[in-house]
Order: sequence, then structure tokens, then C-alpha cells
Amino acid sequence: MLTEAEIKTFIDGAIHYFAVSARQPVAVGSPYLITDGAPSVHEYTGVIAISGRRKGAVCFTAPRSMLMVLLMRMNETDTSETNMKDLIGEVANTISGNARRDFGKEFVISVPTVVETEGGKFKPPVGARPFIIPLNWRSHSAKLIVCLE
Amino acid sequence: MNAVRPLKLLIVDDSNIIRRRIERSQQIERLRVVGSAANGREAIELFAQTDPDVVTMDLTMPEMDGIECVEHLVAQKPQILILVVSALADKATAVEAIRKGANGFLCKPFTDRQLNDALAELLQDV
Repeated sequence: MLTEAEIKTFIDGAIHYFAVSARQPVAVGSPYLITDGAPSVHEYTGVIAISGRRKGAVCFTAPRSMLMVLLMRMNETDTSETNMKDLIGEVANTISGNARRDFGKEFVISVPTVVETEGGKFKPPVGARPFIIPLNWRSHSAKLIVCLE
Repeated sequence: MNAVRPLKLLIVDDSNIIRRRIERSQQIERLRVVGSAANGREAIELFAQTDPDVVTMDLTMPEMDGIECVEHLVAQKPQILILVVSALADKATAVEAIRKGANGFLCKPFTDRQLNDALAELLQDV
């Protein structure tokens, strides 16, 4: 189960990512816990498996339209599907890696796995209930899903 | 007027977007990209083929991670300049990378200016 301070670490990570990479702020909605079933996800989901002192996953899920604009804000002219998948993995990787500032070196992150998940659900890898951090950027909605034992 | 030979740069990161951002850095005028690798193993192969002077190195990568790769490259060429570019923001990781032979650490996410400044600092004594 995540503490309030731990949730704040991921919120701060998402805010920092958009402020620096997109040079535009992201609005964070109220985080909530999924108590029953699996969270719904957008078209692309970047998954970072967590091992070490904590176990679980950190995921960033976003629609294609958001990733395309985000790539353009980063001065990236190649908005191919390959680069969109690369980006979603990199966002998940960066927010997870930055969390080690608070969680420490024993918060071991995997390389990103990217899944196309349109209309799908994210099945948590561990028994812990997933926390959802809603993110709104420009006219787009995305989610950070944090699921840690 | 003597022309300054550009330094040879090897970019190592599993993200194509990050590799392309580094290629677009303003400091690239002083550098010539000789290779781009998506993991540590590829980096070692390209290192042997291209003999770079400067390397930007991600840490979390498939096949072989960046710390192991830094150790290998420094053992092969102690004078190599390595800038670690990683999301791993804990102090212990930065210290470990420097101890293994890296010369600088830039935390992701970064602005173009932060990248430019980090590369400029790396190259200031060259």
C-alpha cells in the first residue's frame, strides 16, 4: 500500500516531467484507489516493473493524440508509431527513475515494456491495489498507474 | 587559422527520442556523432569500431546496463569522457557512476539548455 508521501513522489515526478520536457504544466486530478477490478487504459501503456525492496509496477498510459503533441513539443519531427511507443516507455521510465530520489537505490526499475491497450484494462502484476493519478495536459487525458506492494 | 578537429561522440541510450535530442545539441558543433547504440553491448561493439572521445551513457538499458558499460569503456580507454544521462535520480547511483569512471551526470528529464551546459562542462578542458 502506498503512503500519501509516496503518492506525492509520483505526482511530483509527473509534474516535473511535463514542465521540463513539454515546457507546459500538467494538471493532476485527485488520485484514487481501484478497489475492484483492473483500471482502464488508453491506446498506449508504458510499463516499468519494480523489484527490490518494493514490488509491482509503474505505468504511464496515454492516447496517441497526446503522444503526438508531446513529441512535437519536444521538437521531435518523427511522430511515427515507433517513436510514440518509445516516448510512452521513456515517460514511464523517467518518472519511475526519478522516484528513486525518495525511494532510494533499492527501488529497482526495469527497462520499459510498451503495450498497445486500446479499450483494454491493465492487470496489476502483484496483489496490491493500483493507485490512479489522473493527468490532464492541454485537451488530453492520461493516467499514471502505481501498483506497489 | 587551424581547424579544430571535432571530437568523436558515441551516444548510448535505449530511447531513440533521447538519442536524437542529443544529436541536436548545440555542442554538437564541437562533436561528430560516430555511433548510436541502444544498449551496453552494442555500445562496446561500436566503441571498438569507432574509438570515440566522448560518450553519453544511459544507465537502465537491456542486454548490458550503463554502469557495467562505463566500467568496460574506461578500462579500454581511461581518458574517455563519459556523461551519464539517466532518470535514476538517487545520489548513490550518481556517485557509483562517477566512481566507475564517468565524468558527469545529467538527470532526465532535461531541457536543451541543461544538456548543452552538461556537454559544455564535460568538454571545457579539452
